[in-house]
Amino acid sequence: MSRGFKSIETRHYEERDAFFAGLASVSRRSFLKLAGLSAGIALGKGLVTPHSFQLVEVAEAAERFTFAYISDTHLYPRTLNDRFVRAILKAVDDVNNLQPQPDFVLMGGDLAQLGRKQELDLGRQILKAVKAPVRMMVGEHDWFLDMGGYWKSLFGPENYSFDHKGVHFVTIMSVQEKDFWTERGMTPEQRMQTVAGLDNGVQSRFEVGEAGREWLKNDLAKADKKTPLVVFSHSPLYKYYRPWNFWTEDADEVQAILRPFEHVTVIHGHTHQLLTNRIDNIHFHGMLSTAWPWPYAPEGLPKLTIQQNRADPFDQFDGCGDGTVDVVESGLVNALYNLWDRNPVTVRASYVASDGAQEPPPRTKLPSY
Amino acid sequence: MLRARTRTILGAAATLTLVSAGTSAPVPKNLPRGVSPTLYEIAVPPDAEPTPERVALGDKLFNEKRVSSNDRVACATCHDPAKGFVDHKPLAEGVAAPAQRTQRNSPTVLNAMFNLTQFWDGRAPTLEEQAKLPILNPIEMGQKSPDDVVTKLRGIPEYQSAFQKVFGHDLTYDDLAAAIAAFERTQHAGDSPFDRFVAGEDKAIDASAKRGWGLFNGKGRCSDCHAFSTVNPLFSDQRFHNIGIAAHKTDFIDLARKATAIVRSGDLKQIDELAIQTNLSELGRFLVTKNSNDVGAFKTPGLRNVAATAPYMHDGSLATLWDVMDHYNKGGVPNPNLDGGMQRLGLTEPEIDDMVSFLASLTSAKLAAFGKQEMARQQARKNVRPERDTAAAMGKRGDLGDLAPDPDPAKPAAFGVLVRKGTTYE
Repeated sequence: MSRGFKSIETRHYEERDAFFAGLASVSRRSFLKLAGLSAGIALGKGLVTPHSFQLVEVAEAAERFTFAYISDTHLYPRTLNDRFVRAILKAVDDVNNLQPQPDFVLMGGDLAQLGRKQELDLGRQILKAVKAPVRMMVGEHDWFLDMGGYWKSLFGPENYSFDHKGVHFVTIMSVQEKDFWTERGMTPEQRMQTVAGLDNGVQSRFEVGEAGREWLKNDLAKADKKTPLVVFSHSPLYKYYRPWNFWTEDADEVQAILRPFEHVTVIHGHTHQLLTNRIDNIHFHGMLSTAWPWPYAPEGLPKLTIQQNRADPFDQFDGCGDGTVDVVESGLVNALYNLWDRNPVTVRASYVASDGAQEPPPRTKLPSY
Repeated sequence: MLRARTRTILGAAATLTLVSAGTSAPVPKNLPRGVSPTLYEIAVPPDAEPTPERVALGDKLFNEKRVSSNDRVACATCHDPAKGFVDHKPLAEGVAAPAQRTQRNSPTVLNAMFNLTQFWDGRAPTLEEQAKLPILNPIEMGQKSPDDVVTKLRGIPEYQSAFQKVFGHDLTYDDLAAAIAAFERTQHAGDSPFDRFVAGEDKAIDASAKRGWGLFNGKGRCSDCHAFSTVNPLFSDQRFHNIGIAAHKTDFIDLARKATAIVRSGDLKQIDELAIQTNLSELGRFLVTKNSNDVGAFKTPGLRNVAATAPYMHDGSLATLWDVMDHYNKGGVPNPNLDGGMQRLGLTEPEIDDMVSFLASLTSAKLAAFGKQEMARQQARKNVRPERDTAAAMGKRGDLGDLAPDPDPAKPAAFGVLVRKGTTYE
């Protein structure tokens, strides 16, 4: 990327974001005049009728903070494939030009395509350009060449937690697999290639695993149940579609650990699509990939999901993107899908909390796929 | 044979249905090769049939300078029928020239009847709506209101009687637009060497153009937007894309600020004036949809007669087809709204020449001599290449994508269009 490219992009986004930031601050002032914190919580949970549009809009502005994400970049070495390099650079420019800056940027896993050193190094190098602090999550494409060895040496442990502005964040490694390789005498490369296949039946299903669940229990034991909880996992922490590993085998056990908390949000990667689910009090939001969009699975799609329609195969960016997540007063989140070459889509906490009754995102007029 | 007959029967049934339902004007029998009867049916509503009387009146009005405020500008001033219905100027000039020019390049009228939307930003839905707007634009034809136009033309006896004869009443602004549109519905682009090639005449285009046709569908990635099929032979997807032309010279900060000020306005005429007069014009399709992903996006023009309609792009900023190839070869001009389909092409100089040869094979027979003359003029300045960026095109700089494979012109099935004897436009 030349300097010129960034400067045009930078200037454009500054302008655009200043405009939207301006709108938000107006709403926030009105909010202070109009409503208290409790109203904000009620609104965030979707307890207010959708007719009181002004109040609803006000509640959206009452966010505590925003973080951004870049996910599923699937980098190959630059010499093999520079399309995906171009895409992650576009995402980095996006988040660097958010105004105000997000509190941090989550990298949602699958930084590399085949877990190779040069792929992870390339990703690390590119992510150094992100202005906000970067929080890393591991994906199966980063892991199964050396079982996370090099990734961990670059980015630290795969399970970790932190507290930020009253919210407890947990990043949990959810793409463990049962050993399918030893018996078959696979090389590390063969193991990685097998996992990298979407519908390769040889591999096992993803799981957090017993050790991971123990770690999670211990970590959460310290947190108050009223504390809003946001969990980052690479695979969705529920059972969407098994043949493609859009799936976590021990999801039920993991959900049981999360359920005692009043407000739980799971942000996950891996599925490369607009994806929304709610199981009891747990909200799930899938992240977009910068590299390619997956089609929706033939069955098991959560009913809250507003589907994106088929991407234009000619347009590298269509159906891809990055996003921001606003943590609102209720402790839940509004997820903004910044779809490149399309209009952005926001999936609001009130929409998920009301089981789709309130503020549904616009549905596409074209059929899904 | 059986399949062909079935198709004919089905086609006839479809036509009958359409005619009996009154959804289409009758399709002329003498459409040139390269014009799709199916598209014609879709494009011409029954009440817009270009009757000979309307066409004759429309032809006269199209060339009538008295339609403008100062009697100096006709439709044909910018859309010269002898020169492919364009003016060969980068930006169109009307009554306000030379002090003020428009912000857009004059598009051709040929095949305009098939456009899903009119103007570079698609702000008019029909030929009739299109025809009304330049007349009222202060820079183009300078009339203040439809009433002014109607009053002026009613004062000219020949028009008074002509409109009475054709429409059966005193002329109205709608009638004026209807007559011009009728004339435009007779202006088709077809009957080119390429059309004869598609029909199986192997020698209709030379080896270079054939290689160019392969590149067009492969490494050049052209067919993704400039789509071609026998039922839709326009070489356009009729959509809007930011290919980086607007970013070439545009200060996006300034533009976005102004855009927010007019974003609430949906008034067709106001948007029209803004688009033509100011540098907001570079926002393109955004001015119509107010969608952020349409910033800097313009309509994919058809490619027929492209050799005869230089200069190129919505602002006429590219002088030759070689410049156009250079622009695409380097992946366009990067900007935040650049269409994701824009990526480097890695075309070599001989391949660029082949592409241009192919494009020149799309010239209609009636423009053949003029097209040849234009290509000679362009060829003469082939060494002036302001858009060329070989390092970007060849992937030595930047991250602009991998190259597409080329279908083999010797295996025409790979193109999705079967080039063989008897291929017709459906």
